[in-house]
Amino acid sequence: MSLLKVSNIVAGYGETEILHGVSIAIEEGHVVTIIGPNGSGKSTLLKAIFGLIKPKKGQVLFQGKDITGLAPETVVRRGLCYVPQSSNIFPSLSINENLEMGAFIRTDDFRQRLEEMYLLFPDLAGRRKDRAGTLSGGQRQMLALARALMLDPALLLLDEPSAGLAPSMVGSVFEKILGINRSGVAILLVEQNAREALKLSSWGYVLASGRNQLEDRGENLLNNPDVARLYLGG
Amino acid sequence: MTTTSPRTQRLIPKWNASYSVVAGFLILLILGFFSIIKLELMVNGLFLGAIIALGAISLSLIYGILNFAHLAQGDFMTLGAYIALFLLGTLLPRLGLEGAGLGPFTFGYPVFIALPLAILAMAAIAIGLDVTIYRRLRRRGVSKVLLAMTSLGLAIALRGAVQVIWGGDTYQYPRLSKEFYQLSMGIRIPPDNLFIGAMTIVLVVVLYLFLTRTRIGKAMRATSDNMDLARVSGINTENIIKWTWALSAGLAATAGVFLAIFQAQLLPIMGWRLLILLFASVILGGIGNLYGALVGALIIGVAAEVSTQWLNPAYKIVIAFVIMIAALLIRPKGIFGVKD
Repeated sequence: MSLLKVSNIVAGYGETEILHGVSIAIEEGHVVTIIGPNGSGKSTLLKAIFGLIKPKKGQVLFQGKDITGLAPETVVRRGLCYVPQSSNIFPSLSINENLEMGAFIRTDDFRQRLEEMYLLFPDLAGRRKDRAGTLSGGQRQMLALARALMLDPALLLLDEPSAGLAPSMVGSVFEKILGINRSGVAILLVEQNAREALKLSSWGYVLASGRNQLEDRGENLLNNPDVARLYLGG
Repeated sequence: MTTTSPRTQRLIPKWNASYSVVAGFLILLILGFFSIIKLELMVNGLFLGAIIALGAISLSLIYGILNFAHLAQGDFMTLGAYIALFLLGTLLPRLGLEGAGLGPFTFGYPVFIALPLAILAMAAIAIGLDVTIYRRLRRRGVSKVLLAMTSLGLAIALRGAVQVIWGGDTYQYPRLSKEFYQLSMGIRIPPDNLFIGAMTIVLVVVLYLFLTRTRIGKAMRATSDNMDLARVSGINTENIIKWTWALSAGLAATAGVFLAIFQAQLLPIMGWRLLILLFASVILGGIGNLYGALVGALIIGVAAEVSTQWLNPAYKIVIAFVIMIAALLIRPKGIFGVKD
């Protein structure tokens, strides 16, 4: 049984349909990347999975249970977390408060998890009381990851975690993602930086115009001349 | 304005704005010492400022979460004041709870029963109005302008309801006239104002602690920052919206009761008149910033009172706007307006 199984999702914004029947699956503990040109519906797919937009058709199964169309505040209780591409922190809250919000639905004592996050992201540890809005782009991305990890999810949905980062930061973000995966968290990754992302991935999907175009093992996609020409910049 | 690096901005900004406010008050004080302006007006302006501050903060809370100018906030104040009137003048006396002139104050102990009840009643009314009106519009994806226009209609409807129920006459809470405190330099302070000032300080501190120390308060700030991310984190934002209405309407009711005590009268138009000063304060302080709303309100309150030394009190509103516009020309985002 797949950890997450998305079948024939049709979704969009208002009248505009973006996804015309997309299917993907991810197994426990794996990294799966979705690549594709701008406007192919990658981010929309993540939003539809997480309930930020309601799918018109199709089904989302997580751990075998139907979560199609549930509200995001309900989906997060099922054990998957989502990091949006932009505005993925609470800028006027302190770094510590951002992490507390990540653990909002936890009723137990999560202080230990908090300290684990500060160990994993040492840049944040020294600035617990600072407003998150004062962080640099790379640090914001780290905080966004840490916020989502507070629940210790089985699956993490990441929307372009390297977007807008200085090239020097991109590597360290991917390193963190790899580290998170090694700790047992499955990761569904949407990336512009397709080459880096596919290197980490056991499986990859290519979306185009809101439809599945191709899927294969990560390394096969990397070595596929058509994919290289169209999506990996030659 | 000179541009500063992000680093210096982080270290200093909050405080240099505060310093300029403190400096402004000091200049006024010095002017007062040389009898150029009446200190008495200044001091009592601070108390009017405290009432405006409660209203301005209540307005900012709604703006922070729902992102629209809630034009019925002034009439929430009015309705809160009239609910307290019903309790103090009608219901509580029938239960044998009656009194005026407690200690140095004009009002009696029943205010301490009526005020919490008026707060609860307004909180319930606000949640009811959200569920029946605003939530429906939100779900249809109505624009912010339309929400503001709806609230304008609600403002007129609420004022109309007050007029239908209580009539257009002026009322007072049961009161006994009391001597003012006489301070040096010809300053006279009605004891009621000290009560209003002290209560405002308590409420602002409690609100601050609520927003920074409690789980719901933090979730409220998170929702105000980014509603989608709040939902993704598991926060039920519809509940947060209810909390916000309750808190905001409770503060508005308090401001309304204080205004009725401060002016020693109730009028159906009292809150609507003050609404303009609330907006001036919020904009002066920096939209969406509660700290800014508080400081903006104190400045507007003092300026409005001091202006009556030379001008007809009817021009208070004009003075408030002149100050607001002058300040915005220097700091376009308001005194404390910093946006990420």
